[in-house]
Amino acid sequence: MGRKLDPTKKEKRGPGRKARKQKGAETELVRFLPAAGDENFKRLSSRARKRAAKRRSRSVEVSKPNKSPRTETLPGVLSKGAVQARGKKRPAPAENSDGDEEEESEEEAVANQGDLWGSEDSDADMVDDYGADSGSEDEEGKLLPIERAALKRKSREAAAGGQWSEEETDEEEDDVPPESGPPKAGKAEGDLQINVEDEEAFVLPPAGEVEQDAQAPDLQGVHKRIQDIVEVLRNFGAQREEGRSRSEYLNQLQKDLATYYSYGDFLLGKLMEIFPLSELIEFLEANEVPRPVTLRTNTLKTRRRDLAQALINRGVNLDPLGKWSKSGLVVYDSSVPIGATPEYLAGHYMLQGASSMLPVMALAPQEHERILDMCCAPGGKTSYIAQLMKNTGVILANDVSAERLKSVVGNLHRLGVTNTIISHYDGRQFPKVVGGFDRVLLDAPCSGTGVISKDPAVKTNKDEKDVLRCAHLQKELLLSAIDSVNAASKTGGYLVYCTCSITVEENEWVVDYALKKRNVRLVPTGLDFGQEGFTRFRERRFHPTLRSTRRFYPHTHNMDGFFIAKFKKFSNSVPQPHAGNTAAATPTEPELKDQVPPTSENSSQPAKRAGGAPKAKQQLGKQQHSRKPFHKMNGTSKGPSSKSTVPSVPKAQVSARPQESGQPGGKAGVKRKLKRRGPKPKSSKEAALSKHKAPPNSVDSPAVPPPSENSMAPRLKDCSQSLGITKTIEKGKQQFPGQPARRAASLKEDGAPKGPSVPTHSSARPPPAKRRKSVTKGSSQPLLS
Amino acid sequence: MRPLTEEETRVMFEKIAKYIGENLQLLVDRPDGTYCFRLHNDRVYYVSEMILKLAANISGEKLVSLGTCFGKFTKTHKFRLHVTALDYLAPYAKYKVWIKPGAEQSFLYGNHVLKSGLGRITENTSQYQGVVVYSMADIPLGFGVAAKSTQDCRKVDPMAIVVFHQADIGEYVRHEETLT
Repeated sequence: MGRKLDPTKKEKRGPGRKARKQKGAETELVRFLPAAGDENFKRLSSRARKRAAKRRSRSVEVSKPNKSPRTETLPGVLSKGAVQARGKKRPAPAENSDGDEEEESEEEAVANQGDLWGSEDSDADMVDDYGADSGSEDEEGKLLPIERAALKRKSREAAAGGQWSEEETDEEEDDVPPESGPPKAGKAEGDLQINVEDEEAFVLPPAGEVEQDAQAPDLQGVHKRIQDIVEVLRNFGAQREEGRSRSEYLNQLQKDLATYYSYGDFLLGKLMEIFPLSELIEFLEANEVPRPVTLRTNTLKTRRRDLAQALINRGVNLDPLGKWSKSGLVVYDSSVPIGATPEYLAGHYMLQGASSMLPVMALAPQEHERILDMCCAPGGKTSYIAQLMKNTGVILANDVSAERLKSVVGNLHRLGVTNTIISHYDGRQFPKVVGGFDRVLLDAPCSGTGVISKDPAVKTNKDEKDVLRCAHLQKELLLSAIDSVNAASKTGGYLVYCTCSITVEENEWVVDYALKKRNVRLVPTGLDFGQEGFTRFRERRFHPTLRSTRRFYPHTHNMDGFFIAKFKKFSNSVPQPHAGNTAAATPTEPELKDQVPPTSENSSQPAKRAGGAPKAKQQLGKQQHSRKPFHKMNGTSKGPSSKSTVPSVPKAQVSARPQESGQPGGKAGVKRKLKRRGPKPKSSKEAALSKHKAPPNSVDSPAVPPPSENSMAPRLKDCSQSLGITKTIEKGKQQFPGQPARRAASLKEDGAPKGPSVPTHSSARPPPAKRRKSVTKGSSQPLLS
Repeated sequence: MRPLTEEETRVMFEKIAKYIGENLQLLVDRPDGTYCFRLHNDRVYYVSEMILKLAANISGEKLVSLGTCFGKFTKTHKFRLHVTALDYLAPYAKYKVWIKPGAEQSFLYGNHVLKSGLGRITENTSQYQGVVVYSMADIPLGFGVAAKSTQDCRKVDPMAIVVFHQADIGEYVRHEETLT
């Protein structure tokens, strides 16, 4: 006699309790089901049972062990045959697992036949879909629909228990195929039917099949399929199904994830591009759960210790936020509304997300500075800036939305911030309104893909257009912000750009754009944790300094998704856009800003040149990584001088030669200028010279060389000694493409003096060849020009 | 944005002096810089001169707030102090009232203070004197007008009002829109 179900007797809690419960549930069901194997395992010995289990487990698909237990299991019920021998504890595992396996495999065999989940579906089966179900299970034939449903449930529970699943881990990849061969006839749950026979491999349903279960997506089945596909993809070579491509699996996975987590296709596609599969699931799971509530102590009015004490006295359970924050607290739970305590009303703290504290820490505002916060609502970051500055200096807090500005006013007054002006401009109107700030914080409006846990609507209502629109706005705002920074500020010149989004279009792309368009460079944010930003993403390539930007994710840092980039502006001049100038100026050459830009077309206009120079230089710097091949071509034309670390000497030396060759006078002159310009004072002299020359000669390139020659003469003397060195250096130049700065500089110089002959990159290509020949008469370097 | 006229200044100072008396001078002559009052959209703002210089660049219709808002002039040119001025009233207050923890919530909801909630009160507070209300932990909660003098407060029954409520910090949450 076996143990009967006794609901009054509670199962003892301890190791293997779940297993025991699982057994109990199964035993319950076993009583209802005339499973064929029942009689078997009552009569089999333990060894025989083991053998049978092994036989079955090889042929039977196993539901995933990591499925959460779906149904309540009756505690205290143990299966009749097996339980007696098994102790309650897991340490009697051999028999347990065997017995379990037997039951398990048996259940699986049965469960595999139909929907794994969906009692509502099974009800439907029982009543209506005799034909549908039996169609797939004709081979079985013996079980009634209700029995099948019960078996399914049993198998689910068994799978949820999963203690004995170690045997079955091998079969995970051979998961229950959602579709077996025959029943593909577009039943609502047809794609989720599992054919008992065909249980070896997880069969990816053909792409079209899955559309049909739109009316009642079987979430459990979808979840199971997600896990199956992830398993397959983890070891694709071994576990793939023949004839199915990886992209089919990925497409199916994308659809399933979209169904299971309620995402729109676009956003899910974007997320799949950003995250590897394992992270993707974690990220999606993290978005379902809210982040912990955090608050920031207002050090203008209180100290963190005192505030924590006061809040604990009110019944709030909290802890310091982490080592990286001196004023942050995380609230675990609270008996009083945390946003309405007298301390809150007195302005002792502000409710703020942990990731929102980071950009201000990166900005590091100093006392008595002038700060601009371009998108300040609701005022958390502004008040943090004010408290770091101890209410000194001035902050201009701006936002475009009038209603949200009310909360800014309220928050700033409540927190006792006195050094702030609040304005209602469109951020793009800066710096026309007022500029010259020491630091600027731009928390740009974004698509909000990092704060999905706060606003689940983002999952579905974001589209390609939204992301691109946001990116466009962010680019405009960022350029305005850069223009509002005063690069000559004694203590500042910094800009922090941050978004609460994780898409690359709104983050790295915007930052890269700014690097190309303005005289800024990226600097370390000062945050020692967080993931580095991407330097390349799919088909895009970004500047290598993007590694200093930081990304934060909900699933890795348990804070809202965020992106932070810190810029330093090194020159107040704004590079003029120039079509043909692809020369990249390194951002590390602020001295170049006064140089004449190497823009041939505009050479006749000195003003433009002057304007173009910094831009060109900056462009050179920024773009050089992406333009390296092109530069090389130009570099060849211009000579390795651009790459040399000893620019002045080799350039000077080389420039002499083109003069001799005479013929590509302009170009040579340009090159000469390039080479000459190693030392700053020299180059500025050259710039002056070239500027003078520029207006008169758009045409007379010959005119250009002579003066340069004159100016070169003294330099040549200097250079002559180092000629020997320069040659080797020039060789070295070619070998070290990593001297973009020099090349940029030289390139710029090239452009400056020469009107028509300025070798723009496009125009420079054919001439370089010529020049090369002419120039390399005497030199071993092909690229000397 | 413009400086206050004589009349406006007088009205405003009278009002403030009700709470802090001659300490008003300390607001104007501060050791750490010159502060002044400016009128913008009928509201009076208390700012330092450094901020004023920057704010001058901002056009009037786009300027929302600067420094600290003390209050506003009503249509009939009376001056009404807002709770946002509390940070400047509290340290210089001459007459203070402390209320018991149980009565805090009631006051923060905008109710008057009853005798039963009264903890302490400054000696020789006259009737209808402007007072600043504190919690027992010395956190300023708002300000009001004493309904009874200190002597009378001792005599009245527990349900009598002792302080008329005028402004409290709960308004930051209740009346966020009216702050601007």
